Amino acid sequence: MNWTRIFDNSLSAAIRPNAIIFAISAIGLNVHFGYTGLLNFGQVGFLAIGGYGAAISVLQWNFPLWLGWLFGLFCAMCWALLLGYPTLRLRADYLAIVTIAAGEIFRLSVMAPSFREVTGGSDGLSGFNNDWRSLNPLPDGEYGIGFLKFSAAETWSILVGWTLVLLSVLLVYLLIRSPWGRVLKAIREDEDAVRALGKNVFAYKMQSLVLGGCLGALAGIYFVTQQASVVPSNYSTAQTFFAYVCLILGGTARIWGPVIGSMIFWAIITFTDNFLRQAIDAGYISGSLLDPNQVGQVRLMLVGLGLILLLVFRPQGILGDRRELMLEAR
Amino acid sequence: MTVHSGFTKVSLDAFEGVSEEPGVAKPDPIMVADSVTRRFGGLTAVRVDHFEIQREAITALIGPNGAGKTTFFNLITGFDKPNAGHWSFEDEDITGLSGYKVAQRGMVRTFQLTKALSRLRVIENMKLGATGQAGERFLAALIRPRWRDQEQAIEEKADELLERFKLSHMRDEFAGELSGGQRKLLEMARALMSDPKLIMLDEPMAGVNPALAQTIVGHVKTLADDGLTVLFVEHDMDVVRTISDWVVVMAEGEIVAEGRHASIVANPRVIDAYLGAHHATPLDRSEQDRQLAEAETVLDEEESRTEVE
Repeated sequence: MNWTRIFDNSLSAAIRPNAIIFAISAIGLNVHFGYTGLLNFGQVGFLAIGGYGAAISVLQWNFPLWLGWLFGLFCAMCWALLLGYPTLRLRADYLAIVTIAAGEIFRLSVMAPSFREVTGGSDGLSGFNNDWRSLNPLPDGEYGIGFLKFSAAETWSILVGWTLVLLSVLLVYLLIRSPWGRVLKAIREDEDAVRALGKNVFAYKMQSLVLGGCLGALAGIYFVTQQASVVPSNYSTAQTFFAYVCLILGGTARIWGPVIGSMIFWAIITFTDNFLRQAIDAGYISGSLLDPNQVGQVRLMLVGLGLILLLVFRPQGILGDRRELMLEAR
Repeated sequence: MTVHSGFTKVSLDAFEGVSEEPGVAKPDPIMVADSVTRRFGGLTAVRVDHFEIQREAITALIGPNGAGKTTFFNLITGFDKPNAGHWSFEDEDITGLSGYKVAQRGMVRTFQLTKALSRLRVIENMKLGATGQAGERFLAALIRPRWRDQEQAIEEKADELLERFKLSHMRDEFAGELSGGQRKLLEMARALMSDPKLIMLDEPMAGVNPALAQTIVGHVKTLADDGLTVLFVEHDMDVVRTISDWVVVMAEGEIVAEGRHASIVANPRVIDAYLGAHHATPLDRSEQDRQLAEAETVLDEEESRTEVE
């Protein structure tokens, strides 16, 4: 078995675009769930709206890519307002139901043959990111530190992506340490108490929903830009729950929680995948027990097992404060 | 306290010459409510014809369990919507105004089931109470210099109040780690951060040990001495005796008596309300079953209402 290869792949997975996308998406969820107590089960809908908004505006109206990005964010803002307006006055579960359903509605709608001209149906869209490639200042070649090596295009994606992660973290940090963030955290604890102190709870919840949704859209826009295509099958509801896994793994209501969580999540996913495949190849695991086609499913089972163990032994996540978590039960 | 008032200190004297009957007009009311009705299905939980709160006095709203005190309280603070009625605060109509706007006008309430914000530090709880914070606006929040000075002033004020309520030693603990009584104190102190004109306490002494109840009584008196108007809900008549200038008694959703404590305890309508003249004991088995069924439908309706909210 080639252990260097396994570790090499796992480590690079922690900084590749997938980790970036889930980090930003989970930062958005952290604003919703970690700080405001909003149950958004349709974060993937925001990713899809952002991605499609950017792609469609570039292809249909010849927007430059940067304007397409802004348009994607704008769409996510409207989406948040649309979903939030009827549900944020109600109990928390209503938002959960509406967001998960709306995400599915959007995914199924863009697949519909009648919208094929605009959305590309189930094949999706491509050819909107020429600007992205021409913006890449890096000459062809290999880049990296130590044994981690990436192509020029990958390095460009990774650099821009982590810049976006850092900016998102900075934005959330600045907001959460302010009195505005204090109101959000108070709403998470008890919104009636906050209302009794003269705060417009509905408006704050809406702002939180828009902020977290736009972060989700940012992740979605980055996702489609670096992979040069937007395909509806990428937006299954499971993606939202993977983002929740990242968030809980790293620690909810912690500034760096979603980022650390996403890096570890992708490292573990890649590690189990590589390990199982190599173990099968080397004959350590008999082919009758597990064949390579089943690895994709088994690795998720192992991640699930790991998550259960985490919740048993470290329910607060990697960065969380156990004492703080225990107060919730009262 | 920074609450300013052009009036001189009033106490019992303010009620000089006020006749002791339900819905009587006060010399200087801060709040007036008229024909407020709240129905839960077939049951009328609140039917208050006329109600006034005298400025800078301590008014107690008492009545047996289920008299509609808290429901009435929720209505006038904007936490529930009435079927009919209107009310005003400081001569301005505030009927149907949402809870947060009522609070912004200087009418701040606490809750029967204490609402300490568990995973916020005690000091954060306090700072949240201040109104008109620049840093609570989304864009201003990003730029610290825009709110740093105000934040500092708020923190100083919070520390003063914590000192007064003897919570300074818990300043940096999570509010969830406070004892039940300390939470009551915190909630009261937090409400004061906004410099309210009228503070409305929903059973501030409920579930608190007698020693702490005395402390709370002391604090309530200080509030009135500082020129605040206090309205508090209580079902225990003895607690009311020591602090209230005026007592309003509710039973079955209506105001049945008003007056000073001494005359209230002797009022036959009040004794009826507490001990039950004829309505509390069922006459026979079928009567009892009917009452139980009625109560259950009301509870169910109330539950489904709260779920939607």
